[in-house]
Amino acid sequence: MKKILSILVRNRPGVLSHVAGLVTRRGYNVESIAAGPTENQAVTRITLVVSGDGAMLDQVAKQVGKLVDVISLEDLPLEEAMTGELAIITVNVDRGRRAEMLNLINLLGLTLTDIRDDSLSVMAAGTAKSVHMAITGLQPFGIRALARTGLVALSRPGDPMATGQEDEQ
Amino acid sequence: MKEKPKRKAVKAKKVELVTAPRNGAQVIIDFLKSAGTEVIFGYPGGQVIPLYDALYDSGLRHVLARHEQGAIHAADGYARASGKVGVVIATSGPGATNLVTGLATAHMDSVPLLAITGQVPTTSLGNDSFQEADIYGISIPITKYNYLVKDPALLPSILQEAHYLAGSGRCGPVLVDIPKDIQTTLITAASGPSDLPDKQNGSRFSEQQLEAMIEALTLSQRPVIYLGGGATLTGVGPDILTLAEKLDIAVVTTLQAKGVFPDSHPLSLGLPGMHGSKYANLAINESDLIVGLGVRFDDRVVGNVRRFAPLARIVHVDIDPAEIGKRLAVDVAVVGDLREVLPKVLAKIKKSSRPEWRQRLTELRTLYPMEVPASSGTIKPQAAIKTLSDLCNGGAIVVTDVGQHQMWAAQYFQCEQPRHFLSSGGLGTMGYGLPAAIGAQLARPDRPVVLVTGDGSFQMNIQELATVVENELPVKIMLINNGCLGMVRQWQQFFFNRRYSQTVFRYNPDFAGLAKAYGLDSKKISKPKEVDRALDWLINNPGPTFLEVEVDTEENVLPMIPAGQGQTDFFEVAEDEQ
Repeated sequence: MKKILSILVRNRPGVLSHVAGLVTRRGYNVESIAAGPTENQAVTRITLVVSGDGAMLDQVAKQVGKLVDVISLEDLPLEEAMTGELAIITVNVDRGRRAEMLNLINLLGLTLTDIRDDSLSVMAAGTAKSVHMAITGLQPFGIRALARTGLVALSRPGDPMATGQEDEQ
Repeated sequence: MKEKPKRKAVKAKKVELVTAPRNGAQVIIDFLKSAGTEVIFGYPGGQVIPLYDALYDSGLRHVLARHEQGAIHAADGYARASGKVGVVIATSGPGATNLVTGLATAHMDSVPLLAITGQVPTTSLGNDSFQEADIYGISIPITKYNYLVKDPALLPSILQEAHYLAGSGRCGPVLVDIPKDIQTTLITAASGPSDLPDKQNGSRFSEQQLEAMIEALTLSQRPVIYLGGGATLTGVGPDILTLAEKLDIAVVTTLQAKGVFPDSHPLSLGLPGMHGSKYANLAINESDLIVGLGVRFDDRVVGNVRRFAPLARIVHVDIDPAEIGKRLAVDVAVVGDLREVLPKVLAKIKKSSRPEWRQRLTELRTLYPMEVPASSGTIKPQAAIKTLSDLCNGGAIVVTDVGQHQMWAAQYFQCEQPRHFLSSGGLGTMGYGLPAAIGAQLARPDRPVVLVTGDGSFQMNIQELATVVENELPVKIMLINNGCLGMVRQWQQFFFNRRYSQTVFRYNPDFAGLAKAYGLDSKKISKPKEVDRALDWLINNPGPTFLEVEVDTEENVLPMIPAGQGQTDFFEVAEDEQ
């Protein structure tokens, strides 16, 4: 099972260490963790994707919710939340296969970010699925380097499943 | 972002004009005074010299330990005995890292502590400077919260927040790391409005949950209250007494709750779990309702979670939502402060008696009594502790170290009041006892403080004997000397075919002589007939007093449920092993 936790925290030095340290030391399986500013300067949003069995995922939410800096924590249903991810990928491409490659880039809706004699770099942004598709599509060319942000997520406004932030619990 | 603190500072300046501007160190001392701190435990060093300078003529009492670990355990003992926030100061680097075990000890047992450490100046941070250690990073997993102060303007708010966090909700240690230059900077700011998400005192139970708890209590025929440290922290002894008596509920008390429910009460079954009595564990096994109050279903109590209280529904009341369902699934969960939950329960519950359950409890006690083993020429530690208990008659604060003597004290020392049995339960920290007894005696000068320790644990912080004498603390020390690390030796005897690997000391010092050298009155006994007189002397001799009680190396703590086993899987000791 997978869980997306959208966590609002006080924007304090060390807050990421507190969250990351907790999930590591309690042995939770973190798929991704992404942090960034929100509409409020004093608040940071952390999107944490964890996997495990039901009881463990329940514990993750409770333990994270308990952290002093956590203002609120939302358990986002995977299917209903708005989610997105970004990846930058450098692929080996010799001149001979460049046209084929550019075609694929168009098809996948990727953004070209760098071009060299023997490589192309692209940016993929979208749902986790589309990013995954881009990576799979480019794999046959040979991926030289890859960076992924991990998932960021937000509940849909007015979504009855996620109205009002569920308390720290 | 940058605007806000400035505005705060200006505002504060107006207030602060009344008094002279203070440097960071003075801000700390003034804060501690305003927070009602009576005694600070600590050890100076290079990066806290400004702080100690401000302390010099502050009028605050400071107890100088002989090791930072001693200082923090003393603050812990002070906090446990008084219910107040214990305060400890240490310098940067090794001073700070010496606090680590004490922080972890307090964290495990939810003890309110404020640890203040010096740090290298902000300009030298991260340069591997002399006596620099990242205590902020080190202490994240073993504190409730921690701070590294980089902006002097924030110091007043941070101190206030830290002190509040330590002593509220589920209490715990909070560390504030303060670079030397912050201590010497003039600070005009006062503590600003806090942006702390307040969830410390959040009872979150619903009426339905409360109703479910009341219904479970009403329907139960064989109820058992399982009482934990939360009950000590909240001081709800009287409510629990009323509840137990109103409904004829048996009560088991963990190490952290000992004394909250009087050990002498007919409904008290004492310690449950690994070294609990057979009758306590059998009662849990036969019970149809376990009511956990301020507990965490710790492995030393529960053993195998699948075989814990197999016939029972489980009600769990705790202030920490993360404790609910952490180790085992519960039927009714009430997240809340016992001080709020219990009166509501009591208001709605009708008195009802359970004569059959009471009778069964009496039967279990008669069938499986906690007897003091018969002596065969050497002193039985259980008997010595029982004699000590009789002599103290419920009035003393008992502090223990960790190991066999700790369990014997838990089994045989009768405790009638909360905060009168202090022991490192969760972390099991050997060396906790002596410094904690110092703290306890300072918190409660009106009570006799008795330390029950062992020859292993005692040597881990033996240097604090100097602190005892220096401060003229009339602590009574009973050292049970079995010449070995008894608990581990016992496991080796039972489960590792008596291969006593590194558990039997080939050399021990003359403890009574050593205590004498430190300035305590001391004696040593080894014969059963000496016990009564020697203990009478120990308790009644004025001033710091030390008694070494020599016992057999192969004494064991029984009953015992081996780790991870079920509630009734009592370890059977072979005839020739006894």
